[in-house]
Amino acid sequence: MDWNFIVFSLVKIAAVLGVLLTMVAYAVLVERKVSAWIQDRVGPNRVALPLVGALPVVGPLLTRLGFWQPLVDGVKAFIKEDFTPAHVRKGWFSLAPAVALIPALLVIAVIPFGSKLGGQQMVIADLNVGILYTFGIVSLGVYGIVLAGYASNSKFPFLGGIRSSAQMISYEISMGMSVIPVFLIAGDLNLSQIIAYQAGTLGGVLPNWLVFKAPLSFLIFLVAAFAETNRLPFDLPEAETELVGGYHTEYSSMRFGMFFMGEYAAMFAGTAMMVTLFFGGWTLPFWGLDKPAETLGMGLAHIGIFLAKMLALMLVFIWVRWMLPRFRYDQLMDLGWRKFIPLALANILATAVWLWMRK
Amino acid sequence: MIVKRTNLTLWERFYLPAILGGFKVTWRHFKNTLFRGKAVTMQYPEQKWVVPPGYRGAPYLVRDQDGDTKCVSCQLCEFICPPKAIKIIPPGPTGQIADRPNAEKMPREFEINMLRCIFCGLCQEVCPEEAIFLQQDYSLTGLARGEMVFNKDKLLALGGTHAGVQKWKHKLAEAKEQESFPVKT
Repeated sequence: MDWNFIVFSLVKIAAVLGVLLTMVAYAVLVERKVSAWIQDRVGPNRVALPLVGALPVVGPLLTRLGFWQPLVDGVKAFIKEDFTPAHVRKGWFSLAPAVALIPALLVIAVIPFGSKLGGQQMVIADLNVGILYTFGIVSLGVYGIVLAGYASNSKFPFLGGIRSSAQMISYEISMGMSVIPVFLIAGDLNLSQIIAYQAGTLGGVLPNWLVFKAPLSFLIFLVAAFAETNRLPFDLPEAETELVGGYHTEYSSMRFGMFFMGEYAAMFAGTAMMVTLFFGGWTLPFWGLDKPAETLGMGLAHIGIFLAKMLALMLVFIWVRWMLPRFRYDQLMDLGWRKFIPLALANILATAVWLWMRK
Repeated sequence: MIVKRTNLTLWERFYLPAILGGFKVTWRHFKNTLFRGKAVTMQYPEQKWVVPPGYRGAPYLVRDQDGDTKCVSCQLCEFICPPKAIKIIPPGPTGQIADRPNAEKMPREFEINMLRCIFCGLCQEVCPEEAIFLQQDYSLTGLARGEMVFNKDKLLALGGTHAGVQKWKHKLAEAKEQESFPVKT
């Protein structure tokens, strides 16, 4: 084995996990703040750290923004009682949160989150079949929720589990088919190659991003991503107004926290996929930012660009949650099977025909 | 009533008008709250709401205009109290007499268990001496159950004086005047 490879991979994994989990924690804060502002409230504004809170201007500002809230939330999740109800199926019950969280983290492995930092490529695993791997892993995500619904052995989690399996299976089809035109256009399954294809500009005005070449694909992918991550308007597995909490009704403490983190990590994985496939990954079409970096500063800039694009899409996810009401179950299925799947198929056909005509 | 349900038009079935409308509403609230400070939240422990007159808060004993105890230990409030929150120990035949001239007695001990009290106001309504009033305190907290049983001294201290109702103010003078005959008016 190549020790260099192992050490650098471990470093990359640790760094990516650290950044991702921090972003998950702060996404929860952003969600709470944005929801508060949309609903005429102020949101979390109380937590102050002893020393930092005493700084003249910065301390009170951070407190008002709720900057330390994620820390307190995390501590709270850990020190709460981890209660296992007597009627659950114990083994599966403990397994489900891990199964829900891990696939979301695994997807990140193939995402190129930057070009180069020193001699290292900024991707944990540069697979040639990156996108197939992603869809394979993403479809595992449903098992965590189904397992939780089954293991909880009570009616609301059970209904949540059923809904989620039906929903995620339905939308995975349209999600998978929506990206085929992207690969037809780019001509490669490797995600780094797709980013390389999106360098430059489109007629000197727009960036050469695939969202402008395949807007319908992006739309279907976006909606399917909402459904896959169980976000409003498709949060039927949770549906707290009808199903109490859906699949995580019986969970408490950090086991509930893992479902929560899994949901947000899946959202970040979804936005990372969208940035890679449709928004040019770590590239920007000016100042030579669309070529692999040669200096350390450029490498860091690329990572920053990638994160900024992800956060912008994340904001879309969060905003939509507070904007649209939940779909009814039959509307959801109707939209998935009778609207998006035919639309995605037609999109593939149209793209293929257009590419064939141009040849 | 029959609600007419019209079918959605093609444009509406794309969900786009709903999304646009939703964005308009949420953006309006977002910018008003964030940039123009129109949040409706009251920062509770720092800001407090104005308690309206007639509010039924915690019941306290009041003193009259001379600072004397108004309660005469008749125990009507104790009997009418629906959750049995009030406990009165009367002075008994040998107990201390009232600290105001018109009354025969006053309670030796007067306890209200604020954990039982339902703030119904029946004690205030039934009191012939107007000695107990539901006042404006709505946030009663304590670290133990014992702390929430308010005794006579505490109730009198919290209640303050209630000079508005001075039922006995002129009664003593009137009674003195009636000692001599014929009665001067």
